[in-house]
Amino acid sequence: MKLTGAEIIFECLIREGVDLIFGYPGGAILPTYDTMTKYPAIHHVLTRHEQGAAHMADGYARATGRVGVAMATSGPGATNLVTGIATAMMDSSPIVCITGQVATNAIGTDAFQETDVTGVTLPITKHNYLVYDVDELAYTIREAFHIARTGRPGPVLIDIPKDVQNTITEFEYPEGEIILPGYHPPQRASQSQLEAALQLIREAECPVILAGHGVVMSGATEEVVQFAEMTQTPIALTLLGKGGIPEHHPLSLGMMGMHGTGHANLAIQNADLLLAFGMRFDDRVTGNLKTYAPDARKIHIDIDASEIHKVIHADVPMVGDLKTVLRQLLPMLEPIEHKAWLGQVRDWMEDANERDILHHDAGERLFAAHVIHDMWQATNGDAVVVTDVGQHQMWEAQYYPHSRPNTLITSGGLGTMGYGLPASIGATLGLKATNVWAVVGDGGFQMTMSELATAVQERVPVNIAIINNGFLGMVRQWQEFFYEERYHATPIHSPDFVKLADAYGIPARRVQRRDDVIPAIQWAESITDGPALIDFRVETHDIVYPMVPAGADLHNMIRRPIPSRDQV
Amino acid sequence: MKQTLIALVENKPGVLNRVASLFRRRNFNIDSLTVGRTESPHISRMTIVVDADAEQVQTQLYKLVNVIQVEKVTDVPNVSRDLALIKVRVDRETRSEVMQLCEIFRAHIVDTGRESVTVEVTGDEKKISSMVEVLQPIGILEMVRTGVVTMARGEHILSPNGYQARDGSNGYQNNVL
Repeated sequence: MKLTGAEIIFECLIREGVDLIFGYPGGAILPTYDTMTKYPAIHHVLTRHEQGAAHMADGYARATGRVGVAMATSGPGATNLVTGIATAMMDSSPIVCITGQVATNAIGTDAFQETDVTGVTLPITKHNYLVYDVDELAYTIREAFHIARTGRPGPVLIDIPKDVQNTITEFEYPEGEIILPGYHPPQRASQSQLEAALQLIREAECPVILAGHGVVMSGATEEVVQFAEMTQTPIALTLLGKGGIPEHHPLSLGMMGMHGTGHANLAIQNADLLLAFGMRFDDRVTGNLKTYAPDARKIHIDIDASEIHKVIHADVPMVGDLKTVLRQLLPMLEPIEHKAWLGQVRDWMEDANERDILHHDAGERLFAAHVIHDMWQATNGDAVVVTDVGQHQMWEAQYYPHSRPNTLITSGGLGTMGYGLPASIGATLGLKATNVWAVVGDGGFQMTMSELATAVQERVPVNIAIINNGFLGMVRQWQEFFYEERYHATPIHSPDFVKLADAYGIPARRVQRRDDVIPAIQWAESITDGPALIDFRVETHDIVYPMVPAGADLHNMIRRPIPSRDQV
Repeated sequence: MKQTLIALVENKPGVLNRVASLFRRRNFNIDSLTVGRTESPHISRMTIVVDADAEQVQTQLYKLVNVIQVEKVTDVPNVSRDLALIKVRVDRETRSEVMQLCEIFRAHIVDTGRESVTVEVTGDEKKISSMVEVLQPIGILEMVRTGVVTMARGEHILSPNGYQARDGSNGYQNNVL
């Protein structure tokens, strides 16, 4: 069969199960866009900026577990993808980006809209390709999807010159095994590692499981819960680990780290064994490394060998797929009790409860924590929440316990403001659901709010909750604690978001009282033929407690004072 | 501590760039890096001398899709060779002095001009450095070193086990073992 390069692209995408492409056309990718009309099985979502396309592909991937696809033209189109690619890289999200490139004979001449895109994206992709030969195209696309979704997933970029898209060649889909001599994702742990781990597990009196993104990605929920129950080990979650285990489980400690729960952080600091399941000891999780879990031995299971010993020395490293490794380990376990330890952890938990703002009288004031907590109630704790980055993100993590994997989608590693809205559009389209919520701050929302038009054009029934406090709140919080309250460049003016929504044709409400929160959330979910927006006006000078200052010891948290007990 | 690693990589455009970019990105300090062909046209071989944690270098290199095999050879009995071309300013007296030094170091004079000679010296890093040291007072005009290439001694063979090119061949034409 004789096909053009552009036709080959779609033949391959369809075989990879792609039904949606998020993108933006332009000169160097035009042959491919023109060919798209011949492939109605693939729907194209026109974004308002290529960054939005990359985030949408990412949101789609994290919500569905399938590879998300973003498409852009050469030069500025491709460079606009960069933030989205870096976000996907840091959070191991499987996306494939296809970019047009100037014709092969123009490469290197500083041609119009030419950028060395494979060069630019080299350190922020799992792998990338510049395809010079149309006969390499099909194999390359197959490889790209394989690399994106296997092992530790990540973004892969394919740069395709315009003439390669136009060249006609004999096409035969390359069936059979993908041969990549330098790519062998690990699977199983060795017997000696399992036995060494077992020994530490038996000897531990104060163990803690650190459940990370790997739990979600390897689908190891059941195995982790079984392990925890059998060994009576409490589980602390990383931000991206949320959803990995049902958070209402009695052994769950909630989130760990900079804005983690007091009891999770204290449990870690006092542990004698840390079981790191698919997590990478990010600095936002460990605080000061010198004083981190000083008495704990560490068992580290990760699919990426380079994470082992990278920041924390592992006493027992196990490189492999978490689900597979736990399945090897579980039959070797005998039930263990840790009554004294769990009693201690419960005491810490009670103290944390007492400090919780939900248990304080707020009077007439509306705090962000109220909004998130009530959203959790109104959505039966079963919504898919996509956040932006900042205070609202941490409040979501603290006040919205998730019970299923892939229900919290957030930019953890890179902390990309502007991620929330486009990622939520990708997630909603991927899930074909009406219970997806974009929880965004007034700052981050304004970075990518042009994607509102995308949501309207595509009739995406995403629910948008703006946690609006008139500040770049997280930065303002740092200024309050560490920069003597010099609130420079953090007060942020916003348009009237309800009027703005109206201009886009989006139904919208403003909520300023707590009583109106739940009805508004129910109202938004009842709108299913397009987006709905709620502008929550919350307290301006609110702080995310607890807080471990950057680089401080994990147990030295700034806690919310208890008015009746602590000196305020 | 300086570590020597050997990496077998796919012979494809951009692979050297990927390795170099990784080293810069991870803040691994490269002492020397040499790349050359191997007995297989599909595979290039790098000898990397680096001042970094060898295990991190190794696992990070393995994350590159085009890197097939990495071995740390710092503690393995090995043969290491560096080659230098050194152009030395000479006059009537020092010319013979340089020739004598060459004899001691088993170096060769590969070019000679009216006021200079070019010395080629091969050996491990230490030997080259001592040669440079003794030539310095005479007057080095120009120098180039290739960087170290290393091979383990004896039957310790580094070959890409199970390597298969896409055409199904193992990529080796003249594998004698």
